[in-house]
Amino acid sequence: MQAYIVRRVLALIPTLFFASLIVFVTVRMIPGDVIDLMLSQNDIGASKMGREQLEQALGLDQPMWLQYGRWVGAILFQGDFGRSLWQNTPVSEQLLQRLPVTFELGLMALIVGLSVAIPIGVYSAIRQDTPGDYVARSFSILMLAVPSFWLGTMVMVFPSIWWGWSPPIQFVPFSKDPWGNLSQMIIPSIILGCALSAITMRLTRTMMLEVLRQDFIRTAWAKGLGERLVVARHALRNALIPVVTLIGLQAPLLIGGAVIMEQIFVIPGMGLLLLDAVSQRDYPVITGVFLIVGVAVMVINLIVDLSYGLLDPKVRYR
Amino acid sequence: MASVAETTVAIPPRRKRGPVLHFIGRLFREKPLGAAGAVVFMLFLFCGIFADALAPYGMNQIAPLNRLKPPSWAFPFGTDNLGRDMLSRCLYGAQLSVIIGFCAAGIATVISVFLGIVSGYLGGKFDLVLQRFVDAWMSFPDLIILIVVVSVVGPGMPQIIVTLGLLLGIAGSRIIRGAVVSVRENMYVHAAQSTGASTFRILWRHILPNVMAPVIVLFTTRVGTVILAESGLSFLGLGVPPPAPTWGGLLSGSGRTFMLQGPWLALAPGLCLTIVVYATNMFGDALRDLLDPRMRGSR
Repeated sequence: MQAYIVRRVLALIPTLFFASLIVFVTVRMIPGDVIDLMLSQNDIGASKMGREQLEQALGLDQPMWLQYGRWVGAILFQGDFGRSLWQNTPVSEQLLQRLPVTFELGLMALIVGLSVAIPIGVYSAIRQDTPGDYVARSFSILMLAVPSFWLGTMVMVFPSIWWGWSPPIQFVPFSKDPWGNLSQMIIPSIILGCALSAITMRLTRTMMLEVLRQDFIRTAWAKGLGERLVVARHALRNALIPVVTLIGLQAPLLIGGAVIMEQIFVIPGMGLLLLDAVSQRDYPVITGVFLIVGVAVMVINLIVDLSYGLLDPKVRYR
Repeated sequence: MASVAETTVAIPPRRKRGPVLHFIGRLFREKPLGAAGAVVFMLFLFCGIFADALAPYGMNQIAPLNRLKPPSWAFPFGTDNLGRDMLSRCLYGAQLSVIIGFCAAGIATVISVFLGIVSGYLGGKFDLVLQRFVDAWMSFPDLIILIVVVSVVGPGMPQIIVTLGLLLGIAGSRIIRGAVVSVRENMYVHAAQSTGASTFRILWRHILPNVMAPVIVLFTTRVGTVILAESGLSFLGLGVPPPAPTWGGLLSGSGRTFMLQGPWLALAPGLCLTIVVYATNMFGDALRDLLDPRMRGSR
């Protein structure tokens, strides 16, 4: 197991390197524009620096590879993501503030998604080709096509027309009012979880059908075990292993969807931070969010892979 | 020998229909839901291509007297806060979606095929490095990359088409690479290699025709993905700038401000989007099952 963990962590290094390169190159694609924009908005460069001074301050006068080295070095050794062009506060501070909010939203969406998808997937598999199975499958394919931002918009519009009720949009942090915070996050989580549950349900159903046909299941039936025991203890545990990998694969979608939910329901997470930074062209903040989101997805995938190794002994020895 | 001459070998009657018609026949017989998806998809294409002729009113034709009219015979989808006909705007939205969907999915497919074939066939160090790059690329959420790139290059249709094409192209190269790796070891490829055919010739004449099935499937499913991604971006106000009536844009901006007075504003664009994406998914799934059974279950 230890060798597996070491191998898996080492494999992360080249990926991290490429990810940082992607972030760096994408945001620096047109460095001239940033300078022009900063110069045109005098309030940013409060000291009214000239073009060259500004380039020097941002380190843009140096060759690309040196800029990259400095940028990565500052993050790795000092945790320094630079300063926001507008608030002039360290970007790392803002990231630390916003990350838990998005994390909470994602986690709640995951819990909602899984607790809907797995029971329905299992039901659909053990009652294959019954009307219930068809309803569940059609519903899940439909949920894949419904854009979450449309669902979110409708939740904002129709309850308020019919019952005069609208979701709360004044954000309360979890530490101040746990109950108020949860009741506020639950609606976006359900919408976000819906799309996730559609894919998970389909995979759970497919894997259950595959496992239910295997010999050890027949043995379990032959022993005279009840359906509940066969399904829950013998079949489900084996079918769930690929579902765990799916969570890792869905992590980027979940974070991308969180951006939209945060915008609709005004939740101050990473997504809203990014959108605000984009509208203000606050490049250090954009770079920071971009990098952190990528790293977060990689860490989630690392955890998923390691837990996969724990769940399925076959993986470890490959 | 005489007995051989006497036994009539049942030669199957020559198929009169061409391969395309035959395939359409199979689609309708074996995958009715996929065929329905194909029909809706074609209808969407038709609406998009002939939007100018079909739309009863202009794309941005303002009629202050008809502000926020609920759906009626004159305005089947109602009108918005400036009196613009929602049906016409949804039709023009279909046009934009068709253009963006097909262009971006086309670019994405070309990139996927190029990277996938080169990486899968050449293998070795090049493949290893490229795949680590694809790993890194795929760990960024699509929407985040789109937002960041748009923040650098600015919103607009060409930028969005190219960015979406590049984004999905790199991610999709994985699928084509998988197909190439399984085709690479076939006897005819070894035969071509031993006759001294150039690498380009092998890739073009032997590998590419044999991975066409996944390529077609990839293109079809990508059209839906692109339409959904673009509308998400337009919803955030970072897509095609208004007053262009993209479906995502219709659900945000001024549309959103007036939805409480005109809830129909929230319905039509979202329904169009859902139906088209649903149909594309169904069509793509059916194509995958018929053309390329190996890919079943993958998304």
